[in-house]
Amino acid sequence: MSATKPYVRPMAGWWRRNPFFMRYMAREASAVFLAIYAVTLLVGVFRLSQGKAVYDAWLAALTSPLSIVFHLVALLAVCYHAYTWWKVMPKTLPMLHIGGRRIPETTLSAVGWAAWLAASVIVYALVRGL
Amino acid sequence: MKRTNEPIFWSLFGAGGVLSALLGPILILITGIVVPTGTGLPPDAMAYPRVLALAQSWCGKAALLAVISLFLWHAMHRIYHSLHDLGIHAGAGAAAVCYGIALVATLATAYLLLIIGF
Repeated sequence: MSATKPYVRPMAGWWRRNPFFMRYMAREASAVFLAIYAVTLLVGVFRLSQGKAVYDAWLAALTSPLSIVFHLVALLAVCYHAYTWWKVMPKTLPMLHIGGRRIPETTLSAVGWAAWLAASVIVYALVRGL
Repeated sequence: MKRTNEPIFWSLFGAGGVLSALLGPILILITGIVVPTGTGLPPDAMAYPRVLALAQSWCGKAALLAVISLFLWHAMHRIYHSLHDLGIHAGAGAAAVCYGIALVATLATAYLLLIIGF
């Protein structure tokens, strides 16, 4: 065993040195908010299975300032996830061609962003109308 | 070449990524902000009978299971791989915890939707 300690490159704060890395870490951090949100919904399903009084208490808990602030931050984080997801999506696909010309990546991303908008409008209409 | 189970986890990550990139923001807006603050939707939008009816229908069960389960498979895969970026040398234990959370949540949701009935 060597008497000298091996050099370990420090990791602390590496991503704060470059805006590109900061955007990368913001995107990765969105997963934390998405996970907490999914667990919130899971708790809601659990409360629903226990009856009306318990479910109503869960609904009331959602109106607390802490919950509202969390959901506002989660909304921003997951919007950033959705934006980056469709932005990167063309790079994960094989090259697509129409009439011998490659479809530009920006066009494919735009289709994704449009699908995001359409899905949001449909869900809102379903919740409002049904 | 050694076989890995990465394609399975990546597929779940991808499916959850697509679903949350389509529905994540609007669901958070509705259930976390619009309904609790009583702005923009009828006050009974998430009332007990309505949400119970949703959870008792096949379509509603499928939607709730897909959203909760795939959001978590996506998020836990991303969190697992981000541990490396934070200087945490994640091994099999971290993978078991991350994917275990997603698996337990999936099974719990399926079980709850089953006992809620039809």
